[in-house]
Amino acid sequence: MTQFIIRRTFYALISLFILSVTIFAIVRLTGDPVTMLAEPGARAEDLDRLRAEWGLDRSWPVQYLTFAKNVFTGDLGKSFNYQMPVSTLYFQRLPASLQLALAATFISFIIGIPAGLISAVKVNSAWDNAGKVVALFGLAVPGFWLGLVMILIFSVWLGWLPTSGQGGILHLIMPSVALGWYFAASLLRLTRSSMLEVMRSEYIKLARLKGLPGYVVIAVHAFKNALIPVLTLAGINLVVMINAGVIIEVIFAWPGIGRLLYEGIFQRDFPLVQGVVIQAGIMIVLINLTIDILYAYIDPRIRLAK
Amino acid sequence: MTALLEVRDLQAHYVSFGGERVVKAVEGVSFTLEEGETLGVVGESGCGKTTTCQAIVNLLPPPGRIVGGSIAFAGEELTRKSQREMRHIRGAQIAMILQDPMASLNPLFSIYRQVSEPAYYHRALRGRGLRERVRELLNAVRIPSPAMRMREYPHQMSGGMRQRIVGAIALAGGPRLIIADEPTTNLDVTIQAQYLDLLKELQDKTGVAIIFITHNLGIVARMCDKLAVMYAGKIVEAGTVRELFNAPRHPYTKALLGSMPKLGSKEKLLAIPGHPPDLATLPPGCAFHPRCPEALPTCATAEPPEIQVIGSWSARCWRAEPQEISATDATTDSAKDIHAAAAVGD
Ligand SMILES: Nc1ncnc2c1ncn2[C@@H]1O[C@H](COP(=O)(O)OP(=O)(O)O)[C@@H](O)[C@H]1O
Ligand code: SF4
Ligand SMILES: [Mg+2]
Repeated sequence: MTQFIIRRTFYALISLFILSVTIFAIVRLTGDPVTMLAEPGARAEDLDRLRAEWGLDRSWPVQYLTFAKNVFTGDLGKSFNYQMPVSTLYFQRLPASLQLALAATFISFIIGIPAGLISAVKVNSAWDNAGKVVALFGLAVPGFWLGLVMILIFSVWLGWLPTSGQGGILHLIMPSVALGWYFAASLLRLTRSSMLEVMRSEYIKLARLKGLPGYVVIAVHAFKNALIPVLTLAGINLVVMINAGVIIEVIFAWPGIGRLLYEGIFQRDFPLVQGVVIQAGIMIVLINLTIDILYAYIDPRIRLAK
Repeated sequence: MTALLEVRDLQAHYVSFGGERVVKAVEGVSFTLEEGETLGVVGESGCGKTTTCQAIVNLLPPPGRIVGGSIAFAGEELTRKSQREMRHIRGAQIAMILQDPMASLNPLFSIYRQVSEPAYYHRALRGRGLRERVRELLNAVRIPSPAMRMREYPHQMSGGMRQRIVGAIALAGGPRLIIADEPTTNLDVTIQAQYLDLLKELQDKTGVAIIFITHNLGIVARMCDKLAVMYAGKIVEAGTVRELFNAPRHPYTKALLGSMPKLGSKEKLLAIPGHPPDLATLPPGCAFHPRCPEALPTCATAEPPEIQVIGSWSARCWRAEPQEISATDATTDSAKDIHAAAAVGD
């Protein structure tokens, strides 16, 4: 088990390294941030002075090493635009994104998992067909479109819900449905296919042959096995939602990380973009590690392996 | 006294494409099994053996359905029971052992949990009584240090041990009938032999009746009292193991005996030329006629009736004839033959 965790951590570090190099190079391909951030009509010397101040006059390898060294010491750099440490900005925005992502995860769970279960247990029935339509709709209809339609109906016409911003539970409803929508559909599909596969297995046949009550066969023997892939997807979904709810956050003026990233990209705020992406990468890695450990908890084949 | 299991004219079909394709997997199967008896069922793959078993416990995979006949278990008609009522029969009265021991055990639950379930649900055992029962069962199937082993998981056991655990699960509810569907196919030879001995021993102890489905006539000679030979959804010959081994009447039984592998050999009984027919498009007349070395002209047009050879010995063949009552002394040679057959495997 310890060895398993050490191995996973090692792989995680490698993926973070690749991610950091990639994002470092990509932001630098978007252009010169100085022209974006300096006042119009600034003199060439002033621009050079800014470049020197931000370290952009040095070679890429030197810049990367500085960036990497700082990340290791927990310093994600300082935003050009805000003149504040990126991690401060990130953690300022995190609660808003986390709130939205958790609400969206909750919505995707209460729709996706039961619907997937029913579809699988009543395969090819009207229930299953309804589930298929929901899944198709969920995957085909983009969340931002759904968001706009909801704003139109519930805010503009009916006036029931606030259009934007963060506040009480009413503010949370539309953005979390818009964000969780796609993930509900993907969870539905995965739960269904995973359950169907498990239900065909010999051990489910044997569970029935033992004369166990139907709910024990489905909810205990089958569901626990079917949950393994669903759990991975749910964990990854959560991280993706926290860090990449960009469009939804912009539409609903939600003051989260997605919108921070969006601003950073538009202003060529290199440290901000790099920092947010690396922070997201670290979170994905941590969540994956947590999921692996959870797996081990569910699955004795992993838990008891040397 | 009523028989333990009496199956009459059982028909089970798989109907698909809105009724266009009908696979007549079981078409008029009848047999009787007494308390404590062992019936062997042999036949090539796809002749309806598994479907027959699944029909008995009323767990046919969709689109399978029982379309006719009756199944009386200890005098109770099973075909009219609801799934809820059947639940109290499955595992409690009729248990089943499946072919693949690794796949039959749930990887996420402990051996204790899996062995204890039938006793928990059917015998209302709880707590210490349940633990004691599981320990006894594991002991009975010769799992070493059962108190420790029952806390382990399937992946920690060898193939032979897993198969024995599946056996313990079958016994856990205290059934009167165990249906074993090719239970040793995936085991290696020595383990196979040990497993068969164990089953026999457990049967002697508990008096449970067994239906033993197998490809292997060596196993039948070793384990069974009676034998039913299936072909294309029908029992084409049935009788005591003695009768059928000594003087088979049906050309298909003769062919199977002719291609008999050694006990434990992985080789399947496929030495008979040709293939079994597609059960959705059966040939007219006797289903075996395209492959039958003794076919008569009538065989291609008219289906042979079931001929009673003598006693409970029957055959579905135009060539089969009732036997004269005086010929009972045949049994003395047949005993010799069975020993010869069983010896092949040892
Ligand atoms: N789920 C199913 N759907 C459709 N046909 C099936 C199904 N299961 C079995 N069959 C068909 O029923 C016939 C008998 O199969 P089976 O009872 O498994 O035979 P055996 O156990 O003797 O090998 C075969 O022709 C097989 O193709
Ligand atoms: S009925 Fe005819 S074809 Fe069928 S087994 Fe007998 S002899 Fe052969
Ligand atoms: Mg079979």
